[in-house]
Amino acid sequence: MTKILDSLNSSSPLVDVRDLRFGYGANDVLHGVTLSVPRGKVVAIMGGSGCGKTTLMRLIGGQLRPRSGKLTVCGESVPELDRNGLYALRRRMSMLFQFGALFTDISVFDNVAFPMREHTGLPEVIIRDLVLMKLHAVGLRGAAQLMPSELSGGMARRVALARAIALDPELMMYDEPFAGLDPISLGVIGQLIRRLNDALGASSIVVTHDVQESLQIVDYIYFLSEGKVVAEGTPDEIRASKDPWVHQFVWGEADGPVPFQVPADTYEHALLGACGA
Amino acid sequence: MLDRILSFFQAVGAGTISAVWRLGFAARFFGMVLILSGSSFRRINLTLREVYFSGVLSLVIILVSGLFVGMVLGLQGYDTLARYGSEEALGVLVSLSLVRELGPVVAGLLFASRAGSAITAEIGLMKATEQLDAMDMMAVNPIARVVAPRFWGGVISMPLLAALFSAMGVLGGYLVGVVMIGTDSGSFWGQMQASVDFQRDILNGVIKSVVFGVAVSWVAVFEGYDSDATAEGVSRATTRTVVTSSLAILGLDFILTSLMFRG
Repeated sequence: MTKILDSLNSSSPLVDVRDLRFGYGANDVLHGVTLSVPRGKVVAIMGGSGCGKTTLMRLIGGQLRPRSGKLTVCGESVPELDRNGLYALRRRMSMLFQFGALFTDISVFDNVAFPMREHTGLPEVIIRDLVLMKLHAVGLRGAAQLMPSELSGGMARRVALARAIALDPELMMYDEPFAGLDPISLGVIGQLIRRLNDALGASSIVVTHDVQESLQIVDYIYFLSEGKVVAEGTPDEIRASKDPWVHQFVWGEADGPVPFQVPADTYEHALLGACGA
Repeated sequence: MLDRILSFFQAVGAGTISAVWRLGFAARFFGMVLILSGSSFRRINLTLREVYFSGVLSLVIILVSGLFVGMVLGLQGYDTLARYGSEEALGVLVSLSLVRELGPVVAGLLFASRAGSAITAEIGLMKATEQLDAMDMMAVNPIARVVAPRFWGGVISMPLLAALFSAMGVLGGYLVGVVMIGTDSGSFWGQMQASVDFQRDILNGVIKSVVFGVAVSWVAVFEGYDSDATAEGVSRATTRTVVTSSLAILGLDFILTSLMFRG
């Protein structure tokens, strides 16, 4: 309890990552990442596919263990937690998966009620009211009795969001929340992320490569490339950045510091060498 | 030539290490399921739901198969017994064949195909669509919440299905032997009652069906949980469940029969 109060009162960042390294076998994914997520802020982690964004989020959630480095969430060192400690911490955080990860055998209502029924022991009548409030917050109170298979991609994402905020988490993590959405759903999800973060007084991490939508809703941005933070700043700083890497990413240029061509032998040699052979 | 021999032994070694490693993982997984089974009994509705999906929904195939197996036994049994003038022993032949062997074994094979494959596919798809990860991130252990109730649902369902299979088989044997062919009804039931021993025949059959239930449910939940998170991975895991649990049933049946009915 004291620990929880300390973490609430403290002005230290909610998530603090220092020189974090991780890899699968001989393949290094993160090479010393350092970043922090202040309380009450929405922070985006951006980068191309395969740069380690989702891996970093899974490390923060304790689904993976780093090789080295420091990683604290709510004042707790995540890699040092045992299963019970990790589950206690996870009750204070929440994660929105890329495609919602709704439980397909139960209704929208039961999906949102799931964490409450598992963790709170509240009477069913109170759970009903809470679920309707959460669904109302994402604009889907009218879809409470639908099954996940009856929802569009955007609606499924919003239901997953309602489920993610069911226990009023201190930390929200979003894995590619804008992927595969139409422009209207994309705008709705973006606004919900910002609004719910402010309403809950939570902190949010948004892992995405959707630059324009993210710049409108986040407070700070980290750019990851090849397992390292290569740039960071507020949305205004990012828009004004002269850094070639940031410029290429923000304006979606095909060639630049991130080359269009995968490294290979010279084109002439590849073609003429093949003829010669 | 030497290279080929070396690579052959390397492949055999790698395959063996991989198989032993997987068996060890399956054993540890089984231990985890048992340790985390508390909620399956504290929240009995979770397990009863799985008894419904594994057991009740398998009833049609079990009852119909049991009836036909019993009818075939009646026909074949009558034909063989008639050669020795022992038609009145038909009830004994049908009932002992069913409660000792065919009930547990055929019900187990059907259970593996119908319910085991469904359990594997369901858990595998939950993994592929990140539902298990989502549960884990909500601080809900997926082994306790998803795997253990399905395991115990299968273990509870299997002996009940085997008993129903045997009962329907006896009914099928009666329909063919007594109603169709005209064997004496009193001899059919009387000899059956006199010859079938509760402990030696029925209880041993029940023990077999419980063991098969544990084996099939273990294989089904493990293959689902260990499947690759792709459509192809789930498909392969489902196939492995049917093949592995069918072979396990036949192998275990031989071991159990040799222990139970040796002397």
